[in-house]
Amino acid sequence: MNEIPHYLREGYLTVEELKKYIGLPSEERLRQRPVAVPECPQEIPCTPCKEVCPTNAVLMEHPNAVPLVDYEKCIGCSLCVQICPGLAFFMVHYIGDKARVTMPHEVLPVPEVGEEVILLNRVGEEVGTGKVVTVIPREKSKGDTPIITVEMPVELAWEVRAVKVVRE
Amino acid sequence: MRFTEHPILDFERVRGREVTIYFEGKPIKVYEGETIATALHAAGIRIFQHSTKKHRPRGLFCAIGKCSSCLMKVNGIPNVRTCITLVEEGMQIERQDEKPVLPKTSKPPKWKEPPRIEADVVVIGGGPAGMMAAINASDAGAKVVLLDENPMLGGQLVKQTHKFFGKREQFAGVRGIKIAEILSEELKKRDIEVFLETSAIMLLQDGDEKLVVGVRKNKELVEFKGKTVVVATGAMERMIPFENNDLPGVYGAGAIQTLMNTYGVKPGDRVLIVGAGNVGLILAYQLYQAGVKVEAIVEAMPKIGGYFVHAAKVRRLGIPILTRHTILRAEGKEKVERAVVAQLDENWNVVPGSEKVFEVDVIALAVGLRPSIELLHQVGCQIKYVPELGGHVVIRDSRMETTIKGIFVAGDSAEIEEATTAMLEGKIAGIGAALAAGVASPGWLKEVEKTQRELEEFRSGPFGRKVLEGLKKVVVE
Repeated sequence: MNEIPHYLREGYLTVEELKKYIGLPSEERLRQRPVAVPECPQEIPCTPCKEVCPTNAVLMEHPNAVPLVDYEKCIGCSLCVQICPGLAFFMVHYIGDKARVTMPHEVLPVPEVGEEVILLNRVGEEVGTGKVVTVIPREKSKGDTPIITVEMPVELAWEVRAVKVVRE
Repeated sequence: MRFTEHPILDFERVRGREVTIYFEGKPIKVYEGETIATALHAAGIRIFQHSTKKHRPRGLFCAIGKCSSCLMKVNGIPNVRTCITLVEEGMQIERQDEKPVLPKTSKPPKWKEPPRIEADVVVIGGGPAGMMAAINASDAGAKVVLLDENPMLGGQLVKQTHKFFGKREQFAGVRGIKIAEILSEELKKRDIEVFLETSAIMLLQDGDEKLVVGVRKNKELVEFKGKTVVVATGAMERMIPFENNDLPGVYGAGAIQTLMNTYGVKPGDRVLIVGAGNVGLILAYQLYQAGVKVEAIVEAMPKIGGYFVHAAKVRRLGIPILTRHTILRAEGKEKVERAVVAQLDENWNVVPGSEKVFEVDVIALAVGLRPSIELLHQVGCQIKYVPELGGHVVIRDSRMETTIKGIFVAGDSAEIEEATTAMLEGKIAGIGAALAAGVASPGWLKEVEKTQRELEEFRSGPFGRKVLEGLKKVVVE
């Protein structure tokens, strides 16, 4: 029997696994503009990301293939983050010592621009706070999913994949 | 308790006029459009009946009219499936604690000259497969009638708040609830006659034609006569053995989705989910969205069975997934108060000392489905046991025609798969049924072939392998 990969035993990808199965954009690319990273390492029958991409940056040889992004072609438009049925696409952008991570946010409340939020890693642990810099509400999102961009310390860019909005 | 806000759903839209029903004589304010079971849940009532021999409490389990765990006495009539019967002003609801008897004054429905609806194609089931069958049979030139025992069209789509996978032309990226709306609209556009709250209780050969006997609203007989029939009756939830698995508070995953997503009623406060297939994972996410705490998902297999991306969604919200764990028992007096789980070793034995107790009031079973083949079985279609397809299924050809000419099958009643493939199969069966009824032009064969190729493509990945293995055993030419 084949060894079961960690991510299928535990339900999340480590950064090492992300590098191994998906590959990360270069630091230089991360500093240019936002870049989409698919956290979708499993072959499933699903193609909206490829279909929606305006620059054909999502590479899939067949509908069951794992999506990979040509990071040089990606223009950081976020359409894949909006449409992905698995909520598995994220965008990362480095600015100075900060990183901006764009992610789907399908729970209430939806934060407002400027709001401080608690940052959650891939297992839901609180790892710090960040500031919301962009919100695309559900009605403006291509895929009926609100997406938010959150600014955080650059060292958290590959850890944080969700936020918690706490209001008094 | 009823939800007032939700990130995806708007419940004010589904709640009708406020009416009063009576539970054991006590008035309860409820909304039109709700089922009896839903309304009782919203009022905090979980025990619907007691078993006749050992008087064990029983509550809602499947919520789609298939399991009989919710039978109650309604206006004096026993054995009413409260999960699919809508509330009405002044209704008297009672727990069913004794062996049920019909009141002397009640008369069974008359068999004499029931209304007869004639069509080219009769479709049984208004879920994704049935609706697609009806739409495509109609487009191919057939007069179509569709019946479903639920109060609304859509089958299980009406509780699927997640976006679908597949290709965009197959509704990928669209939420299940939206797909239900789109398909219902398409049925309307085509003037397809729809009978809701109508259970198909018999499927018969009538010469070369088919006769479907329906019961509308639990009392009125209706006959549907068609040249051909498509059976798209879906599936029902599996149960697994563990101590106290009949306690109220142990639900099929779909029942929780019905309460929460169709009617906006909170199923409980703290939930343990059994099964990390897609259903269990999606349910966990939906519970979080509704503001209900999910303590954990336990999965007996050593790995997550559903799509990884669904697992990642719940993990990053802090919901643990315990692979190689199983439920040992539910605890509680009249309803679930705790769940005890334990780790399994490589030989599937419980690891001593690994027991964990979760203080939960809901245990959700997401342990698989089995096809609802009762009508197909009753009419005499050839049946085969194929574990890869979810259990007993019918032999069929590549156009979804069973071993009885003119009877077609599609969706989960054909094999347990998913809504996308159900829709594709429905399309094939619908066109097939129109062709077999002699009303479609042979040109439609091209559309069948195209859809067969789409199905093949969808199933070509690792997740399609099991179904393909199973299909080898039941698809004949």
